[in-house]
This record gives sequence, structure tokens and C-alpha cells, in this order.
Amino acid sequence: MKLLYFAWLRTRIGRGEEDIEPPPEVATVADLLAWLAARGAGYAEALARPDLVRVAVNQEFAGPDTLVHAGDEIALFPPVTGG
Amino acid sequence: MAIRVQEEDFDVGAEIAALTRGRTEIGGVAVFIGLVRDFIEDGDAKAAAEIHGMTLEHYPGMTEKMLTRIEEEANRRWPIHASLIVHRVGRLDPGDNIVLVVCAAAHREDALQACSFLIDWLKTKAPFWKSEQTAQGEKWVKAKESDDALAARWEDG
Repeated sequence: MKLLYFAWLRTRIGRGEEDIEPPPEVATVADLLAWLAARGAGYAEALARPDLVRVAVNQEFAGPDTLVHAGDEIALFPPVTGG
Repeated sequence: MAIRVQEEDFDVGAEIAALTRGRTEIGGVAVFIGLVRDFIEDGDAKAAAEIHGMTLEHYPGMTEKMLTRIEEEANRRWPIHASLIVHRVGRLDPGDNIVLVVCAAAHREDALQACSFLIDWLKTKAPFWKSEQTAQGEKWVKAKESDDALAARWEDG
């Protein structure tokens, strides 16, 4: 599973992307965020406000119940501010 | 229909001319150009912080996918003959162009509405993030609820 981080999620976590293999009980986006938050201080800080974290699974906006699979590209980012 | 994400500036006149050249069925062209402001409009900080520059980050791949989808939606809703979205990324200075949206149609109302729709949806759905440089340091721009409200106007069209 490839994780991508953008904007302040990237700076707080300290990297723009990483390959991870979460345990099998991580089935959904919500599971993944909870598992990530327990990985370290930077992750916990970045994910402390779930209302400010948007998730895309394979470049499509996803909700907490969206299923995640090995090989997925999963991006975490704040609400968008372009234009 | 065309979308581009680029670091380079764009020439508004040249872009419009290229879009409408030889297309005599076009009767109206609506244009939105977003520029880098030199002040922050953020509650109490209003007028307190000057912006010295901005850096725009995006999600390569998903950005193009979302811009294409938004443009397709505009074409589904209005009879537009030509459209273009150009969005810059990277480091920008106050006064610089950020985004260009052009919609051309036979009649002005279709062009104006489609252009308004495109920038409203772009602002809430395309994965770009702005970080502003101020005297107080670098700061990620917060999303505005007013932008969500503007985008929501078009939800049930």
C-alpha cells in the first residue's frame, strides 16, 4: 500500500510518501487512520483533527467506510485550497 | 475541452485566441483569472499580515483527473463550445496569475454560468493547496466555508 501525504499532513508526518503494510485487521479508511495515528508523534499530531483530514483511495475521494487493499494508492490531505 | 497544470505563467489573450480561432459558432466567452493577493483575509489577522509570496502544491494524477471530470460536468450541464482550465503550481509572487478558466458558448449566459461553476467546483474538489509566506512565517491556507457554500449552489444541477 502506497501512502501519500500533502500540505501540512506532509510536513507534520515528515515525508511525502511511504510504502506500508498494515496488519490484516485494517480494512477501512477509518481503520487505517487509527492505525497510522498510533505509529508515532508526527502521525498522531497530523491526524489529531479527523475533520480536517481528507482521504483519496486510488485518486478518488473516500469516506471512513471505504475499503482499503494492498496495492492501493491512498492519499491524506487537508481540505483543498486551490483556485 | 482542455486542462493544464503548469509552473509557467499563461498569456490570457493568447489562450482565448487559441480557443476561439476559427470557431465562428462561438458568440460569447467568459473568463475567470485568479491572482495572488498581497494580504490575508483571515478574521482578526485582516490587514495585519502581508503576503510576500505563495507556494502551490498539488496531487499529480488526481488533480488532472478531477479537473477533467469537472470540465466534463460543465459540458454536460451547459452547451459550451470550448473550455479551458489552466492552474499554476510552485512558487508565485503577489500579482502573479494562479488560475485561468475560459468558457465559450453561443450565448453569454451559458458561458458565464459554466465559468462560474468551473471555478466554484475547482476550488472545493481539485487537490491543490496554498501555503502563504508572511512576515510571521509560512502558513498553510485554511479552506473557507464560503467556498463550500458557493460550490454547493451547483450540487443538484
